[in-house]
Amino acid sequence: MFILIVGCGRVGSAVAKRALDAGHEVSVMDIDPLSHVRLDLDETSSWEDSGGRFTVGTALEVDGLVAAGIEQANVFMAATSGDNTNLVISQIAQRRFQVPRVVVRVSDPARAAWYSEQGLQTICPTQVAIDQAERVLLAL
Amino acid sequence: MYVIIAGAGKVGWNLARELIDKDREVTLIERNHDRFRVVEQELEHVVQYGDATELWVLERAGIQRADLVIAVTGDDEDNILICQVAKEKYGVQRIVARVNNPRNHQHFKMLGIQPAVSATQLIMRLIEHEVPEHGLVHLLALEEEHLEIIELEVLEGSPAVGRQISQIQLPAGSLVISVLRAGRGFVPAPGDTVAVGDQVLLILDPGLESQITPLFAPLGVPD
Repeated sequence: MFILIVGCGRVGSAVAKRALDAGHEVSVMDIDPLSHVRLDLDETSSWEDSGGRFTVGTALEVDGLVAAGIEQANVFMAATSGDNTNLVISQIAQRRFQVPRVVVRVSDPARAAWYSEQGLQTICPTQVAIDQAERVLLAL
Repeated sequence: MYVIIAGAGKVGWNLARELIDKDREVTLIERNHDRFRVVEQELEHVVQYGDATELWVLERAGIQRADLVIAVTGDDEDNILICQVAKEKYGVQRIVARVNNPRNHQHFKMLGIQPAVSATQLIMRLIEHEVPEHGLVHLLALEEEHLEIIELEVLEGSPAVGRQISQIQLPAGSLVISVLRAGRGFVPAPGDTVAVGDQVLLILDPGLESQITPLFAPLGVPD
């Protein structure tokens, strides 16, 4: 599978590394060139030497998405630090580029819930933390 | 009419002032606290502090009963999201979005956020109106209504020169609505004659431009 991940933060870079280890083709895009360092952290060979791709670009710029390989992507993950950016680019991936599987990280539980009702596959770390805290703290 | 405006920058603040002058009920939402404090000095309870992309902030502002939502923040993703939620989640009838980066206009369009207004594009249109490059200027595109208004300069040697309006073989779905001659506009009667140098305004179904342009430009000249 070809996986495109936009946003090379903690989540994006970690998912990218695991996907590459699992034998997938992986392309990562971030607005900040320095974010690339996360991909090389604790690795014996560099991200590119291991077969990964990295593109510097803004996710709303279509040229950047195309350069990062969105037209070939089977899976698209929006994992930038901005909820609204993630929600907009994941809809672009879904509707304009018809990427078969689109996953979007949304920090705000309310927006995550509504957009998931609209057919987006959302992941909400805040909701996960709330649920986990509830289980741990309120366990009798 | 109840209007919610997201973003109390220059555009949002002044829109709020104008709408209040016209006796509209307005709520302005601003997420920067310093800016909120400044605007609050003048507009008092009309402005609310909060991030208008948060659903509870929109609900607190009463989005369920809003007739119009205007998203004029400095962030295109935020403007798209606010309008999308207003329209699709809360059923707001009319939305207006500001496009900060004209390259993002395509995304507004694809996601059904219309009308989307870009200052850059508006100014470009005004410049083109002064200096028409190819003889044709798009003055207005009402995409939802499926109508366009264009302006064409009548060129020497074109089929329309010297003809009466009623004799110009316009395609069905188009109509001459005005003629500008020597700086003055008038609504022509069917018997009025078109002259070289006239600016002709037409209303048309989108897509008919290529059939209309050759009538006002000399034959064989590409538009």
